[in-house]
Amino acid sequence: MTETLRITNLHVSVEGKPILHGVNLKMTRGETHALMGPNGSGKSTLGMAIMGHPKYEVTQGAITLNDANILEMAPNERARAGLFMAFQRPVAIPGVKMADFLRHATTNVRNPERKEGEDLIPMREFRKELRSRMEQLSIDPEFARRYVNDGFSGGEMKRAEILQLAMLQPKFAILDETDSGLDADAVRLASLSIADIGGADMGLLIITHHDKLLEHNHPDYTHVMLGGRIVETGNGVELAKELHDHGYDRIRGAYPDAAANHEAMEKPNQTEIAS
Amino acid sequence: MATDLNASKTTAAVGDADTAAVGEINKYGFHTETKAIFKARKGVDAEIVNQISDMKDEPEWMRKFRLDALKIFESKPMPKWGGSIDIDFQDIYYYLKPTEEQGKTWDDVPQEIKDTFEKLGIPEAEKKFLAGVKAQFESEVVYGSLKEELGEQGVIFTDTDTAVREHSDLLREYFATIIPPHDNKFAALNSAVWSGGSFIYIPKGVKVDFPLQAYFRINAENMGQFERTLIIVDEGAEIHYVEGCTAPMYTTESLHSAVVEVICKRNSRCRYTTIQNWANNIYNLVTKRAVAYQDAFMDWVDGNLGSRLTMKYPAVYLMEPGARGEILSIAFASGGQHQDAGAKIVHCAPNTTGQIISKSISKNGGRASYRGLVRVENGAKGAKSSVVCDALILDAESQSDTYPYIEVAEQDVTIGHEASVSRIGEEQLFYLTSRGLSEAEASTLIVNGFIEPLVKELPMEYAVEMNRLIQLQMEGSVG
Repeated sequence: MTETLRITNLHVSVEGKPILHGVNLKMTRGETHALMGPNGSGKSTLGMAIMGHPKYEVTQGAITLNDANILEMAPNERARAGLFMAFQRPVAIPGVKMADFLRHATTNVRNPERKEGEDLIPMREFRKELRSRMEQLSIDPEFARRYVNDGFSGGEMKRAEILQLAMLQPKFAILDETDSGLDADAVRLASLSIADIGGADMGLLIITHHDKLLEHNHPDYTHVMLGGRIVETGNGVELAKELHDHGYDRIRGAYPDAAANHEAMEKPNQTEIAS
Repeated sequence: MATDLNASKTTAAVGDADTAAVGEINKYGFHTETKAIFKARKGVDAEIVNQISDMKDEPEWMRKFRLDALKIFESKPMPKWGGSIDIDFQDIYYYLKPTEEQGKTWDDVPQEIKDTFEKLGIPEAEKKFLAGVKAQFESEVVYGSLKEELGEQGVIFTDTDTAVREHSDLLREYFATIIPPHDNKFAALNSAVWSGGSFIYIPKGVKVDFPLQAYFRINAENMGQFERTLIIVDEGAEIHYVEGCTAPMYTTESLHSAVVEVICKRNSRCRYTTIQNWANNIYNLVTKRAVAYQDAFMDWVDGNLGSRLTMKYPAVYLMEPGARGEILSIAFASGGQHQDAGAKIVHCAPNTTGQIISKSISKNGGRASYRGLVRVENGAKGAKSSVVCDALILDAESQSDTYPYIEVAEQDVTIGHEASVSRIGEEQLFYLTSRGLSEAEASTLIVNGFIEPLVKELPMEYAVEMNRLIQLQMEGSVG
């Protein structure tokens, strides 16, 4: 069966302020989509809305995963249904060990019907799997005992997100600037890692400003977002290369309405939620 | 004196039957009955105190000590700070001697209780003890060999009543020297009616390398409401004492008021770990204090859950140079509960070091207060003290407050104080739930993470229990 994530005419507001103005996007599992666009155009907002962050209010439109209405699901149900987002700035959770957190997460995602208090994946089995995943991603085993994102460097945070992606093996994953703050070598490693852990079998939505992360994850489509809408979609990586090399001036010129929307959203005193 | 609805309800239930209910367990609505061979009438006065002393066949000095303490209790006003205390002292049974044979078997223990113990992962022997089943066969075996080994080293580990009879000189030398009856109203009450508790003496240079646990104490009277514990750690000796357990505590009455005194002589080391989970109707008003002499190290690890009101501030008096005191306190206040917990460090000598770490959690309208004192006496040059208190509030109905007192009578000191209050962050919850954790699971992880710095100080089995207990407390609390 072809698995499909479909976003139809999605409007999203944050604290009463409209950010997305009718996004349409259809992804099939196994495809890679690049999502580009200037800062503040609504890319992260789209990801947050797909995952169900409570601050991101869907005012109109639909999101479905194989005909199931995602909007009716709590974030943990969405995760169990096979959705994942690698966050740009993951929050620290002091005192909670990576391994403990991941054991809960992995158990729930693999056994979506699990109720609280039911058994977790046996410790030995889980440790073994985690260790081999960490080895594959060249992550120090000590990492498992550290507290979730607590005191992590920028690079460590991104690697921790990729580790989670590897363990949870979602059907669809949104990678929100998983390359930001990394040097060229680290981006290449991240790109390789994503391919290595089976990214090709997932539906990937890669939010990025560069084409480096796409090096080992060739996009089937590249979308450009501006002013809260997807204004242009191109096949393959060509559009991504163009935007990386020449910026968004052509796009702004071609879509004056969206550009005006974007200007309005960029106004000062706006909170920095939707980058 | 005002009559408290809750208290009278409980005592009425006890008074209804010829037998006295031993225990009511929070939220499981379970109580068992045991026949008492002796039960004093309700209330406290000289006649009752004399009866207690008669029953215990005590030496005259102890009887006098009790009667003097009673006068102090009667003359002292109620504390004007802390939580609101609404107790009718004349509506409480102060002494109940359990029968020799309680005539209960493990099969009689209701399934819910067994399930709770199961969930907490409490070892079989302890379960039976805690369930009030007089079935210490396993623990006697364990304790028997333990006792033999310790006995050869000259360690004394017994209940305080037995110590009054069998180690009276040693006991009398230290008893009530750290917390005299006039210290506070509840110390005075305890001094008048005390029963049970542990008496421990560790001889010079003896290092006990496993935790001594209160529930392996043989012939223990039922965990009393007014127990009295005295620990003497002689020069260079080391001990870790563990009391209580994360299982809900049985009590006969609505007032628990213990006194714990610890003496750490030169170069000695004592850790005293408590985890208690009281029924929701209990006033838990406890005085705990240690003195640490030259280069000695005393620390309290104190976990408080349940109760209606807990007022407990373990103290370390640093008496001689180089002494060190640490207090780690965890308080968890749920609906209808007030945890007024904290710590005291008093620097009486130069180059002494103190540290207080307090972590409190409040949920479902619970209130957690930190109340602490750091005092540096004149002449305690080079004293160093730090206080860190973190509060985590789980919902908008709950409350946290901080009362840090710092009194310094010396110039040359270093004192640090940090406090933080946080709510469970929406971002943290979202992060965890977006990975497939339910909200309750996510909250539990966050709370466990919050107290992790303390839990890792606990002996392994307690750490596991503590985490499970938090899990039980959190179940169904969110969403």
